[in-house]
Amino acid sequence: MSKIPVQFTLNGTEKAVFVDPGANLLDVLRRGVGDLSPKYGCAQGTCGSCAMLIDGELRLGCLTLAEAVSGARIETTGGLQTGEEPHPLQTAFMEGFAAQCGYCTPGMIMAAKALLDRNPNPSRDDVIEAISGNICRCTGYQPIVDAILTAADRMRGRIA
Amino acid sequence: MPVEFRKDLFANERDDTLKEIGQPRIRQDILGHVSGRSPYYDDHLFEGLLHMRCVRSPHHHARIRHIDAGAAERMPGVVRVVWPADVPHNINTLLSLINFGRDDEALLQPSRVTYIGEPVLAIIAKTEREAREAAAAVRVDWEPLPHVLDVEEALKPDAPTVNGEYPNNTFDYHDLYDHQKLRFGDVEKGFREADHIVEGEYRMSPIEQAPIETCGAIAAPETNDRYVCHTATQGLFFSLAVTAKLLDIASSRLHFIGGTVGGGFGGKVDSITEPMAVLGARLTGQPVKFMWDREEEMQVGAPRGAELWRIKDGVARDGRILARQFTGFFDSGAYTRLSSYAVVKGTGHLPGPYTIPNVASNVYCVFTNRTPATAMRGFGITGVDFAIECQMDKVAEAAGLDPIELRILNAYRDGDMKAHRREAKNCALIECCQVAADKARWPLSPQSRAASSMTEGGVGWRAEIPETVTDQVGRIGERRRQALPSEPGAGAAATGRVAAGMRRDDRSVELPPQVADMAKEQERTGYSGKVDLPDHAAPASVQPAPATPVQRPAAPLPTQPPPPPPPPAGTAPSLPPAAQQRADDPEAAEQARRRAASRFISGTRRRR
Repeated sequence: MSKIPVQFTLNGTEKAVFVDPGANLLDVLRRGVGDLSPKYGCAQGTCGSCAMLIDGELRLGCLTLAEAVSGARIETTGGLQTGEEPHPLQTAFMEGFAAQCGYCTPGMIMAAKALLDRNPNPSRDDVIEAISGNICRCTGYQPIVDAILTAADRMRGRIA
Repeated sequence: MPVEFRKDLFANERDDTLKEIGQPRIRQDILGHVSGRSPYYDDHLFEGLLHMRCVRSPHHHARIRHIDAGAAERMPGVVRVVWPADVPHNINTLLSLINFGRDDEALLQPSRVTYIGEPVLAIIAKTEREAREAAAAVRVDWEPLPHVLDVEEALKPDAPTVNGEYPNNTFDYHDLYDHQKLRFGDVEKGFREADHIVEGEYRMSPIEQAPIETCGAIAAPETNDRYVCHTATQGLFFSLAVTAKLLDIASSRLHFIGGTVGGGFGGKVDSITEPMAVLGARLTGQPVKFMWDREEEMQVGAPRGAELWRIKDGVARDGRILARQFTGFFDSGAYTRLSSYAVVKGTGHLPGPYTIPNVASNVYCVFTNRTPATAMRGFGITGVDFAIECQMDKVAEAAGLDPIELRILNAYRDGDMKAHRREAKNCALIECCQVAADKARWPLSPQSRAASSMTEGGVGWRAEIPETVTDQVGRIGERRRQALPSEPGAGAAATGRVAAGMRRDDRSVELPPQVADMAKEQERTGYSGKVDLPDHAAPASVQPAPATPVQRPAAPLPTQPPPPPPPPAGTAPSLPPAAQQRADDPEAAEQARRRAASRFISGTRRRR
């Protein structure tokens, strides 16, 4: 079985790896290039803990063929903090106690980022809809929804 | 909804000088969580990591006739097939670490599976996919056996034996009883004095903890003759000790790293993945990961056990509960794990947060051919609390009383004597009821409004241990002679009384045995010998034994070997004597091997 070369940018950095045919992107990111922020939860597209942005679209790493992302721009929670300060979503999650075990958090934050990127002023229902593909077993979701709304408020204030 | 601090309640019991408690604080580990850098066990990368997958039972109950792993062994990427014989001490029970219960569960089951998904073999391969494909290529010749999935069916005399270590399908308590007993006062007297008798039956299903991170562990040889193990366990030293025991390895050679758990909720205390991963690392000399996939987490991961509760209350006209009787069944699944403890914990919780002068309970830890149950968020308490609070509503309805006022009337007050003979302290149920009623705009009578946990308690009968009726019902070994489990407090069965005011912890009083029968007898610590398989595999034509009492030999002299214990009545005709067991019987051989091995392991108890 010959390996397939794949090139993409991960959080702004160019990556080139050889992947097995049929390998999923989650495994390639975690084992191949060492970005451990997307998590393995179900490997069948139901839990959302491997959610990431591929060319700006919210995607699940476990259901994405690694060879299909050649040339794509991939964003994960591992690259969310670009400067000294955490991203407003990260700050709001920390202050609002929106993570307990933390395992769903990287996927949850990417689902929230996908929402805020296209809708900076979401309603509570918009937020609930946006994270409906992400399962959290600890928090009961309310602190997460509150944190995303708080982050949206702060990000609008910063832009204005 | 924000947390509300009610500073008006229990002001004299609270220390307001605390700096941290009551203040909002940011979790110390949350920066790692929101940046994806928290080190879960699977975030530790090893060069040359091997993957382990199990071959599992598709049957509730089956004998393993033969396993052919030849084709699997030759498949690409396969490094090693792990057999039950590769596990140095292939028998354990979780609470053997505190000397509670007998070893009853193999890491890899060698002869007879007792639940769907029980592991019998493991494959170690270079990739997860190759391990999965090889596991699917293993051919097992199963002989399906009759199974039982319901606690009450499991207690019938002709039920198949699930767990060979507990042939009656019940855990043995105190080496005496097939259930955990609670006796406080005289429930029959309470029922006679009551104006209403209210009975209820309550059932809870098993619940899977369903953490987002599945159970798993990675183990690797270190350079100093130790093994490092990164694990998702909730009980790091628990898992370390279990691994040391199963693998017969000094715990100083195990370097366990954990503490970052992707959700546990009780489901990550069973210490299964760690011994498997370390065993793999030991057999291959390479890093090995043993990770459950989502399907395994749901099917094999031990849930909160199912429960069945029957409650009978004797209630006075004014709503005062005079007597409460429980019969409880905790579905342990195929093995003990922590269910034996859940029953003890649940019994300590009876009769709920209410001062009731007469309480009796029989609670059974029952083995069935279901997935073994384990810890989950208040296990042992949550189920019976559900039953008790449903019953309280039913009592309120029967007595024509307001459900909240009924609770306030019967609630523990500070200083009351609880049914397990400890004083009630720091009670708060009355105040909780009052606040809840306010929030719901639920009207309360002036009397209920004025009630307090800090008044009226601890005086007169409320502070006393009443004269208590005792009985010997449910001695171990009686099950297969009696048709059905006993209910507590049956008047005719009473064999003794403990005088009022006697405290178990009062060592100044020498308590005579209430009846001679209460002295422990060595011969009555359950069945011995081989009792499980022929028992239920026998054809239906086998005649039940005549209903003669089992002969109890006199206590042996210390220098003599103990006499052979009596076979269980009702099954005796189909039982071969131990001496005549076929030498090629794999289960007998395995039992003998375990028995021999267990002598050298501390914390291991065996059925005599």
